[in-house]
Amino acid sequence: MSVSRFWRKIPQRYNLIGTQCTTCGRHFFPPRSLCPDCRRSGKIVDHKFNGEGTVVTYTVVRSASDQFENTTPYVLAVVELDEGPRLTTQVACPIEDIEIGMRVHSVFRRVAADGESGTIHYGTKFVPTE
Amino acid sequence: MRDVAVIGVGCTEFGEHWGISFRDLFVKAGALALEDAGVSGERLDALYVGNMSAGRFVEQEHIGALIADYAGLATNHVPSTRVEAACASGGLAFRQAVIAVASGMEDIVVAAGVEKMTDVGTGASVDMLASAADREWEGFAGATFPGLYAMIATDYMHRYPLTREQLAEVAVKNHENGAKNPIAQFRNRITVDTVLNSSLVADPLRLFDCSPITDGAAAVVVVPLERAREFTDSPAKVLASAQASDTIALHDRRDISTLDASVAAGKRAFSQAGLAHRDIDMLEVHDCFTIAEICAIEDLGFCKKGEAGRLTAEGATALGGEIPVNTSGGLKACGHPVGATGIKQIYEIVSQLRGEAGGRQVDAEIGMAHNVGGTGATVVVHILGA
Repeated sequence: MSVSRFWRKIPQRYNLIGTQCTTCGRHFFPPRSLCPDCRRSGKIVDHKFNGEGTVVTYTVVRSASDQFENTTPYVLAVVELDEGPRLTTQVACPIEDIEIGMRVHSVFRRVAADGESGTIHYGTKFVPTE
Repeated sequence: MRDVAVIGVGCTEFGEHWGISFRDLFVKAGALALEDAGVSGERLDALYVGNMSAGRFVEQEHIGALIADYAGLATNHVPSTRVEAACASGGLAFRQAVIAVASGMEDIVVAAGVEKMTDVGTGASVDMLASAADREWEGFAGATFPGLYAMIATDYMHRYPLTREQLAEVAVKNHENGAKNPIAQFRNRITVDTVLNSSLVADPLRLFDCSPITDGAAAVVVVPLERAREFTDSPAKVLASAQASDTIALHDRRDISTLDASVAAGKRAFSQAGLAHRDIDMLEVHDCFTIAEICAIEDLGFCKKGEAGRLTAEGATALGGEIPVNTSGGLKACGHPVGATGIKQIYEIVSQLRGEAGGRQVDAEIGMAHNVGGTGATVVVHILGA
């Protein structure tokens, strides 16, 4: 991912800042600039999520693209945030521990790197909540 | 709106064609289709080409013009349009051709699909295929395409009584059919153990749950039904052409294990054709992974959610079963050159309707094709009848 493409979403990727439609109250992460329910009558504002959520489904990725190949195997999951929206994320936990319904919370982590000397992409992963 | 018919079909062998270039693959399929239809190139009104990612697989854009040129149609200035919807590009190209002919704008039209995937390494292919999903919010987190379908499988197996062995039966059945298809990439029979002993790609999916990386091209010729008899004694009538969209990302779906776009496109197709499920004699569905075939059979309404695994294990979807599914070998055994797959499905149905399917022939007068882009963000469904 190019530097500018990554950089423009740093608040969202580092701090789990999504959006909310104040017309209907629905939360969005990943962020949306148009509410699919209210469309043009929706009003979109930023919203920082508290980072608490539940694992909806998961897999253990054993074969990845070049960018992630040296981090396999890793746990990939869909997490439903307590405010409602769902996102795709890695869960940093032993691969045998992951299960549907597991409570997790967000943490700041290194996600990927563009080769040996390229940009390091930081972002959000989730870890089990004790 | 005019009725539309398919009058000619052609398909290259699917496989790893180290010696054949992107453009030569297409030319081969196009020539086969025109020869089958008995139409010469200068009579064509238009060309629609399904292709997912020549820009990244062979660093070539402007595919429409390239194809027209090397098919010998540039000097006649035949209009040529590339159509893209990831793995549903082929089905969508066919739909564009059908719409063009149905509308009366064009009369003799080629719909084709082509993909040349083996000019890059596996890691690069995995990355490209992930671009069928949401690059910013799925790919960034490390989602691979098998990983996304694996998350569908995890959710599905948590909620419905599908066993790992039943899932493997999908691949076993498709290899059985592929073994009887001279264009299939894999013509070897496998067992449930072959699948269960293959390496894990993304739990619970193993290597033999996944469709392969493939080079290939397919083409078909469509004309108004009223003109079909000028060209052939055995036209295949297009009874329905339906398409539906859903969220690009799997995490935004209403239900992880149901492709709502399959449900919507399926319903629209049945309603257009005025047909019921019992009228369909065979299905070509988008089995990019074994779990995808299970979902497709259910989402199109051929059985209730949670039943397709058992039906597969009982042989209901095999050749000679109640509803043969993926007689071509499907994406799993016939191969999956992404942009070509949707056209190959039409090729297979027309071959079956004409009684030209050899060792995999089923008794069919009506067939349905189901082509999926991404994890279900685009679905195209066609029904063809003899």
